[in-house]
This record gives sequence, C-alpha cells and structure tokens, in this order.
Amino acid sequence: MSETTDQKISGVEIELAEVTKRYAGQKTPAVDGFSMTIPAGETIVFVGPSGCGKTTTMKMINRLIEPTSGQITIGGESALKIDPDQLRRRIGYAIQQAGLFPHLTVAQNIAVVPGLLGWDKKKVRDRVVEMLDLVGLDEEFAGRFPRQLSGGQQQRVGVARALAADPPVLLMDEPFGAVDPITRGNLQDELLRLQAELRKTIVFVTHDFDEAVKLGDRIAVLGNQSKILQYDTPEAILANPADDTVAGFVGAGASLKQLTLMRVRDVELKTDLVTVSTEDTPADVRQKLTNARKTYALVLDRRNRPLRWLHVRELASAGSLATVGRPVGDTVSVQSTLQDALEAILTEGGNAAVTGGRGEYVGTIDIRTVTDTIQQVREEHENDHENSAGGAG
Amino acid sequence: MPDSSGRTHGSAVAVTIAGVAIVSIWEFIGQRWNVLVPEALLHASAVLQCTLIAAVLGVLLGVLVYRSPAGSAIATALTSAILTIPSFALIGLLIPVLGLGVPPTVVALVLYGLLPIVRNTIVGLDGVDPAITDAARGIGMGRAVVLTRVELRLAWPAILAGIRVSTQLLMGIAAIAAYAKGPGLGTEIFSGLVRAGSANATNEALAGTLGVVVLALVVDGIYVIISRLTTSRGIRV
Repeated sequence: MSETTDQKISGVEIELAEVTKRYAGQKTPAVDGFSMTIPAGETIVFVGPSGCGKTTTMKMINRLIEPTSGQITIGGESALKIDPDQLRRRIGYAIQQAGLFPHLTVAQNIAVVPGLLGWDKKKVRDRVVEMLDLVGLDEEFAGRFPRQLSGGQQQRVGVARALAADPPVLLMDEPFGAVDPITRGNLQDELLRLQAELRKTIVFVTHDFDEAVKLGDRIAVLGNQSKILQYDTPEAILANPADDTVAGFVGAGASLKQLTLMRVRDVELKTDLVTVSTEDTPADVRQKLTNARKTYALVLDRRNRPLRWLHVRELASAGSLATVGRPVGDTVSVQSTLQDALEAILTEGGNAAVTGGRGEYVGTIDIRTVTDTIQQVREEHENDHENSAGGAG
Repeated sequence: MPDSSGRTHGSAVAVTIAGVAIVSIWEFIGQRWNVLVPEALLHASAVLQCTLIAAVLGVLLGVLVYRSPAGSAIATALTSAILTIPSFALIGLLIPVLGLGVPPTVVALVLYGLLPIVRNTIVGLDGVDPAITDAARGIGMGRAVVLTRVELRLAWPAILAGIRVSTQLLMGIAAIAAYAKGPGLGTEIFSGLVRAGSANATNEALAGTLGVVVLALVVDGIYVIISRLTTSRGIRV
C-alpha cells in the first residue's frame, strides 16, 4: 500500500487489452475480452472458482497459451511480437508443486534460465548462491536433488529458479497450493518479504481468497470466462464487494479479514491511561489516579516497558509497586495487525497495551478503536462502485 | 539343402571320432573352445549392433508418435505385429529377397528389437509429469530443448529398460539367424540339431544354447552398470 519505495521498483507495467482465447470447437470463449492494467511493482492476485479461466489468462501473458485476439504489452513492448521462448526467459514462472526437474540438482535447476540466456559459468554459479540465500535455503542444498527436499523447500527452489535471471515480471500459478497450511503461511510471508525487497510485477493465481487478501496489492475477482467481477485493493473488496458473487467468494468474516490488513500503527491509539513507574510510591499513584479520575494504572519498568495492571483497590495493601497488581499478559506491537490487537484486547479484557520498536509503551488500544476503524473503512469504500465499475469492466 | 549336407557331414564326424564319441558337455566345450569363443563374440556383436540400430529407430519412432494417442497406438500395434511373426518364418521369407548371411539377419533382428524400445519410449515420454514440461516451456525452453534436456532424460530409465529387453530377445532370435547362414552361436545349435542322434550332436546344440544363455546374462549385467552410470541420481529408483 505504501508508495514510498518507488525508486526500487524492478517490475514493469503489464497491459492486457481485449484479450480473448477461443478454443476450436467451443461455442463460448475460455477468456472473453479481458482488459486490465497491472501497475509496475505490484502484486496482482487473480482469484476465482476453478475453471473460470484465471490460469488461462495468466498463461497468455507468457504465451504458454496463445491469445486468439487482443493485445498484451509488457513494459511497453508488445509480447505478441517477441519470440515466445525469448519472452518466457524474461518472465519468471512458478507453478504448483514447483515443477522442478527431478534429474537436475537444486543448483542446476536454478541455473537453467541463466544457462539459456548464455551467462558465463562463474556468473551463473554466483547467481545460484545468491538465489538460495534470497529464498532462505542453505548453500548445502545446491547439490541435492528435488526429491530429497520437502514440499516447502521445493517451492522455494521453484521461486529461486523463476527469479534467477532477474525477470521484471513473475507469474505464479497456485504456487503454494500443494503444501501444508503452516508451510504455506511461511512461504506467503517469505514472498511478502521478497516482494518488499524486489518490487517485481507479480501475477499470482489462486482460488484461496484469504491468500489473495494476504498477498495482493490488488485483487481481481474473476467469474466465468475470466470476466472481471471486481478489481480493487483487498481493503476495498472486503469493505464493499461489487456483487453477490464476489461477496460469496469473500465469504464469511469479511470484517475479520479486514483486520488482518490493517496495522496498529495505522490507527489512533489512546494515551489517556495513567502510567506509573515501579519507583513511584503507592501514595503517588493514588494521587495520580484521583487526579485523572481513573481506577487503574499501568506499571512500567525502568525502560518504559509495560509490567502490570494495577487497580486502585490493590494499592491499600501494597508496600511498594514492585510486586503488586496483575501482570500484563498480551501486548501488541505497532507492527501487529488489528487482528492480533483484537486477540490481545479479548484476552486482556478491554484494553491492550501497545508497544513500540524497543518494547516501550506507546499507548493502548481498545475494542472501540477497532470497531471505529472498520466502520471508517466501510464508509470510505461505500461509493466505490459508481467509480470503479467502469474501470473494472 | 542343409538337411542332406548336414547328414553327410554328421555321419563323417561320427565315424572319425567313434572311439571318443561320448564326451561330457564340459569336455566338449573345452575341445571346441577355440570355435565357440569367436562364435560367441560374433553373436554378441551382431546382437549389440542390431540393438543399437533398433534403439535409434525405436526412440526416433517413439518421439515422433508419443504426442498423439492414435500414432502411439499404431506404432505399438505395428511393432507388436512384427513380433508375432515366427522368427524362423521371417528369416526364411527374407532370404529370397536379401539373400543369405548378414543382410537378412540384421533386418530381422532390428525389426524384432523395435517393439520393446518403441513401447517403452512412448510409455516413458508419456509418463513425464505435464507440470514439469509446463515449467520447462514456461521458463523459456524451446520444444527441442524440452525434449532433449528434460523429457528424454526423464524417460531414459524406461527407454534403457526397453533396450535391455530387446537385447535379451535378440540374443535368442539371433541364434535362429544361423538358418540364413548368419553369424553366431546359432551355427552350433543348428548343426547339432541337424545331426541329432549322432555323436556329440546334443553336446554341440547344448554348447550353443548355453553360450547364448551365458552371453545374455553377461550382457544383462553390463546393462545394470550402464543404467547406473547414465541415470541421474535424482531419478534413480
């Protein structure tokens, strides 16, 4: 969402204009007049039911499937005028179950595209090491064969192979579809980290809406024949689905999903809580609470980190503030998502302490902040469809 | 023709060595060692050369048809049909066309060797995971490169198994080529069978047969080594 790192974008814009795929002997086209502009350096997720043509649409970008009609422009150059093999060497391609070559080692797999492009051996070797590092695999994996790797590791090698020749565009066809949920989560986090660093233009196909929400800068919800039902940011789609089909795809819990998209740093924190230090005397605290007309305070340690919740009743029997009160259970960092914050609010019972980069107290967040934020996002996107219907259609 | 000449020849031998007529098979092999070894080498050489030709033709044929189910079916049916022709008959029928000696032997052996190779090539190429070829195309390999650097490499264990079966098959069939005056251990077998009943006739046929069996086992062992050396560790079973 933030556009502050523009200078590092290594992706290029992709433009599809009236792209149609018609198979011989079929009445209706598989993809019908698909038009979309994919901004440079963004991750676009095509999401839709199986058989809706999302993979077909993606494969027309690297011409694994030749469009019947229409125009595809990649970085200002017409993709249909380049030799398909040359074109594909400039577009990364990662697929489900990685599609690694089982007879080649990890290093040889990664080196395929640089080899096809005629890089010299030394450069290829260095690149392999660099790519392994990039996807978080140890160098010792270089000599292994794909079958000696776990599904998640294979997928990492698949991504490394796709990125080896540093293509500006990366196509990913349900790359994390065949791994267990925990590994999938890790791979998604890795991809987000990679993308923050590389800023490629990524076209990602999935049928998992949650994955789309997590990874996409924009999501294109596709219906039959790859018809664009809605093309917008995850926030906007969650806040206001274009129609019932999209709403059905978004599924239950749109607001809860919305919470995963927002960070605590994006909302206004409450700072009216009384905070005291462990060195304060109970009398000081009582005075502060009375002044602020509050019944409880947050005890901070010497480095301002939240220690304990202290109720005014507990002060009577306390000699010092070193041990009295209820320990703070769950704190939230400004980096956390609102979903994490909500979890902390629920476990803490009303208020959750928010900490900054070094664990220092910066404010509190409560359920009102969360509900207000959701309300605000909904209002922002309330009138979306009058404007976006034309753009998406 | 071989009938009459064989009989004359056989009886002559029986008379000459009447006193030592009953030797054991091992003694016989010992006595005939200097004949059996060159024959075995010729036999092996004929089989291996014909296997090589069959392998080149068979893989080529397999590559040409494997993408089309109809083509695959036709190629398999044709090569199977060849295999149903009795080898004795095929060689006999080739003699009027190609004469005696090497030509009919080579043609017959190559034809018989095709089926296992063609079929295994098709099965092997067909068994390559489509996701792998999709990935290969997707990262910019051309058709020919996908075939030579990915598909054939992955199908290689199957193809080699086909070549190995072919070799075994041809080891036996090559013996029959002696009927067309082809080279190899078949000569021993035929001359032994023709002289059936006379001294050492059984030994002679048996020596030829044993020779073929031993040769087949040795060559099969060599295939195991070739297979280990030429199959990537990543796909070795």
